[in-house]
Amino acid sequence: MRIVVDLNRCQSYGQCVFAAPEVFRFRGDESLEYDHVPGVASDAAVRRAALACPVQAITLGAATEEIPLAEAAHR
Amino acid sequence: MSELASESMTRRASAADRVVIVGASLAGLRTAEALRQAGFGGRLTLIGDEPHEPYDRPPLSKTVLSGWLGTDQVLLPRIRDLHAEWLLGVPATGLDLAAREVRLADGRAVGFDRVVIATGAGARPWSDPAEAALRGVHLLRGRDDADLLRADLTELAEPTESGDGRVLVIGGGFTGSEVASSCRNLGLSVTVTQRGTAPLASALGGLVGSVIGMRQRARGIDLRLRTTVRRLEGDASGRLRRAWLSDGTALDARVAVVAAGSVRNTGWLRGSGLVAGEQGVSCDAACRALDARDTVVDGVYVAGDVARWRHPRFDTGPVSFEHWGNAIEQAQTVAHNMMSEEIRENDALPAFWSDQFGLNIKSVGMPAIADQVVLTQGSFEHGPFVAAYGLAGVTVGAVAVNSPRVLDGYAALITERAPFPPAVNATDSPASLVPVDPRTPYPATGLVNSTGAPVAALASVQEGKS
Repeated sequence: MRIVVDLNRCQSYGQCVFAAPEVFRFRGDESLEYDHVPGVASDAAVRRAALACPVQAITLGAATEEIPLAEAAHR
Repeated sequence: MSELASESMTRRASAADRVVIVGASLAGLRTAEALRQAGFGGRLTLIGDEPHEPYDRPPLSKTVLSGWLGTDQVLLPRIRDLHAEWLLGVPATGLDLAAREVRLADGRAVGFDRVVIATGAGARPWSDPAEAALRGVHLLRGRDDADLLRADLTELAEPTESGDGRVLVIGGGFTGSEVASSCRNLGLSVTVTQRGTAPLASALGGLVGSVIGMRQRARGIDLRLRTTVRRLEGDASGRLRRAWLSDGTALDARVAVVAAGSVRNTGWLRGSGLVAGEQGVSCDAACRALDARDTVVDGVYVAGDVARWRHPRFDTGPVSFEHWGNAIEQAQTVAHNMMSEEIRENDALPAFWSDQFGLNIKSVGMPAIADQVVLTQGSFEHGPFVAAYGLAGVTVGAVAVNSPRVLDGYAALITERAPFPPAVNATDSPASLVPVDPRTPYPATGLVNSTGAPVAALASVQEGKS
């Protein structure tokens, strides 16, 4: 899964750190750090973290398509 | 709002239209998503100069440099499938509005009905190309830059007989300060040179900037204020060896990071007829490109760092906001205005954050335009604090350090144009609010209040608080 946290909205309540400590952590008292591309094993914990966020700052990816990086572009 | 309505611009984009988004980073990606969310069913193309899918830039100077995340772990999520064409790894080199074509570096031309300019900004390069080419001299803007710098820092952190592995950071803005913080996390010695009187001063003012500077020094940064780098010197192998500073001294350093601000990526727009330069592309608050007469250019939109516009909530000239949140808000504005007959201005309050040296720094409003600043909560000397910023007696901004949960209240004060200094009666507020010149560093030269009288020390004000 991929995730992104809106760190303008984030108020460092830390619910995500409790829910998925392998994905989210604090550096110092208030600075949230997180892995944007957590492994499949963390999917359930990351979903719990997103639901638990009091300010709903966590966005989960929902795309199923791949971006064709190497594919020659065509008009 | 009547001025905003022109017949062609208010025609909704239809499934027969082709939309081309130039720039495939945060603003470009979110514009594409917002267009599809709004029901755009036509052909959609994203053009990006980097050979990578969209990724998040803020972690590059923090978790990536510190070594926690690789650059493949900062990819941006996509909230939906886009059914878009992606032309990645090829820069746009021209915009022909008459032919309705974007020209690419590989010679192709991509036709459009509407185009979104979201090419962002780049790091301002070191002025001397030969010095910039020395091994060990870095810029930090993209993920490839971060990989190269990370590798050099890792090597520097390994103990060798050559001794002290010092990093020189040229420029004490947000990128430079965050790089310095990450280098300290790696155990490296760090010198930061800053032309002005304080780090972060252009965004936060000299007072709050100098308070952050005190905290940086307490974390072991060798901070050289009013100091510039005159010359970078390499050894026989072409590796950086030392830097010569404006005070005449030399500093041995094996790695230097040039963090001297940014330049908006507008070179490809030369000759297009748009008002575009180093400071950005001129547009209105509805993200529609403007020509030299401030007339809306049909079908051309601007979003993200590259957009230069007048924020409707503040009495300032046009500026660009190189903020993560601004990219998202403008992406939504562009999509809305392409897909709706009612044109909407983006008036969301500017906001940004920075994490460095154990400090979470969050800003709302426009502290940079203030003529007064006041400590409203906490203490400049240690621990969390909040400062409010005023312009002509109106509250226009706030900066919260390790106080992220109070900022919504300040945002409300800014939105309602509350008188400055604002009435803040928090339990950690000083007994009285003493506004000062935001440019005055703290505390070396002595603070003056708005009447020009010296303020002995803010500490004495705080002693009187309950």
